[in-house]
Formats: sequence, structure tokens, C-alpha cells
Amino acid sequence: MPELGPHAVFIWAAYAVTVIAVAGLVFFIVQDDRRQRQLLADLERQGIRRRSAKSVDKSSQAKPRGRKPKP
Amino acid sequence: MWSLANPTHFLGIADRVIPWLTVLSFLLLGIGLYLSFFAAPPDYQQGETVKIMFVHVPAAWLAMFGYTLIAVASIGSLIWRHPLADVAAKTAAPIGGTFTFIALITGSLWGKPMWGAYWVWDARLTSMLVLFLLYLGLIALWQSIEEPGRAGRATAILAIVGFINVPIIKFSVDWWNTLHQPASIFRAGGPTIDPSLLTPLFVMAAGLTLLFVLLHLIAMRAEISRRRVHALRQVQVERAAAA
Repeated sequence: MPELGPHAVFIWAAYAVTVIAVAGLVFFIVQDDRRQRQLLADLERQGIRRRSAKSVDKSSQAKPRGRKPKP
Repeated sequence: MWSLANPTHFLGIADRVIPWLTVLSFLLLGIGLYLSFFAAPPDYQQGETVKIMFVHVPAAWLAMFGYTLIAVASIGSLIWRHPLADVAAKTAAPIGGTFTFIALITGSLWGKPMWGAYWVWDARLTSMLVLFLLYLGLIALWQSIEEPGRAGRATAILAIVGFINVPIIKFSVDWWNTLHQPASIFRAGGPTIDPSLLTPLFVMAAGLTLLFVLLHLIAMRAEISRRRVHALRQVQVERAAAA
């Protein structure tokens, strides 16, 4: 354990707050990602496809939303 | 460029990059923590409390970086209606908000032993608090409007207007007489900090920046999935109604 002098409590508290906040953020984001991907996989297993799925999967060029393709 | 904006293409890239970023960010953070606690000497004025700077300074940088990213994405969302722009803006807000919270709390924990007070209404501290409130405002606005398109446009306007606070934070120490010290790293004439303290600071900053990017990619992937789930449920309801 490093010797942190008379202000050790402030230093440990700063690192503890950082670790807890970052760990909470990581947990929240990773859990949300897993949940959403699981829900999506379940719906796709039921054979439900987005209307745009075919065109999006085939296309290598994304079109900006709201812009109509030229004829 | 536009091909990168394709959500399916983006997800493919994210899936390949995320494992590498995970390893690299945690490796850098491990090295950074070792350097901070076992290699960095005490500062001649601050003593060991200089160790708080190794998390406080990168957190403050990332707080401003996160908001800048939101503002740029918001411009992309409003002007070009870029498919990933409002996904990027929405998902950066909780991450930037968390780093702002860390910067405020660690700054306060450094301030008590060094200044004798946890908080002063100094221009730098106050503008950082305003940044935190802006992040909360953006998150609240996203939550309060159900339709993603409308929510994206409303938050984009707030984000762009609120961006005025970022240069205020940066230059507050020059424009006003503040208790917070002036820039000591990114300044004309080079850093005023000794390399023995600068090295752990930069390693921690690199590790936390990669962690920010990593979490942002994962959060964007989750948000794209959420929107697809929403679209599929609508298809499911329509099919059920037609049957």
C-alpha cells in the first residue's frame, strides 16, 4: 500500500468515486446492449423483418434520412 | 464516408473494434494506476494530493470532449439528418455527464485540503457545474419525448446552444480572476508540469479516452438495436392487426 500522507482520505475518496462511477456506467451500458441485442434476436427468430432490411443489407452506400433517391 | 454512416456497416466495424479497445483501454488504465500510485513522486506544493489530478484532469477533458462530440453530432443530425448522428449524440450524453460528475467531485476532494473549501463559486467550477446541468437537461429531454426524430431535433438545438459553455470553461481561467489555476499542460510555451507527473497523467488520459470511445461504441450499438426492436414491434403489431 502506498503511503499517501495526511490527505490520504481525500485521495482514496477521489479514486473510489471514480471507480464506482465508471463501473456503474460500464455495467449500465453493457447490460443495456445485451438486453437490446437479445430482444432483437428474439424478434428476428420469430421471422419478423424490418421493411428496410433488404435494401439496407444490400446497400453499401447509406442514404441520408429524408433524401429521396434520384430516379 | 456515407458508407460508414450505414448502421449495418457501423455495427460490423464496432463489433471488430470493441474487443481491441477493451483490452487496450484496461491495459492503459492498469499501467496508469500503477504509475500514479507507485511511480509518481509527490508534488513540491500539493504533496500526494497531486494523485487526484491523474483522474480529475482527464475527466474534465472528457467532459468537454463529450459535449463537443454531442454538438458536432447534433449539427450532423439537424443539417444532414445523418442516420447515426442523433444516435451518437444521445448515447454520448450519459458518458459525458458521468465524466463531468467525476471531474466535479474529484476537484472538490482536491479543493478541501488545498484551498480549504470543497466548493467556491469560481468561474471554472461554476461553468463546469453548468456543463453538468446541460448534460442532465439533454438526458431529460431525450427521455421526455417519445418519438426519436422529434427528441433528436429538440435535443440537437439545446446541445448546439449549450456549446457556448465549452469555450467559457476553457478560457474562464484567463477571462476572470479565478481560484482555479490557469492552463498548465496545453499552453503556449509547453507544459509547466514535470515529466515524472506528466507521464502518469497522459497514460491515465489515454486510458480513459479509449474507455470513453469504447463505451460510446457499445452504447451506440445498443441504441441502434433499440430502434430496430421498436421498428420490428411495429411490424409485429401491424401483422397482428392485419391477420
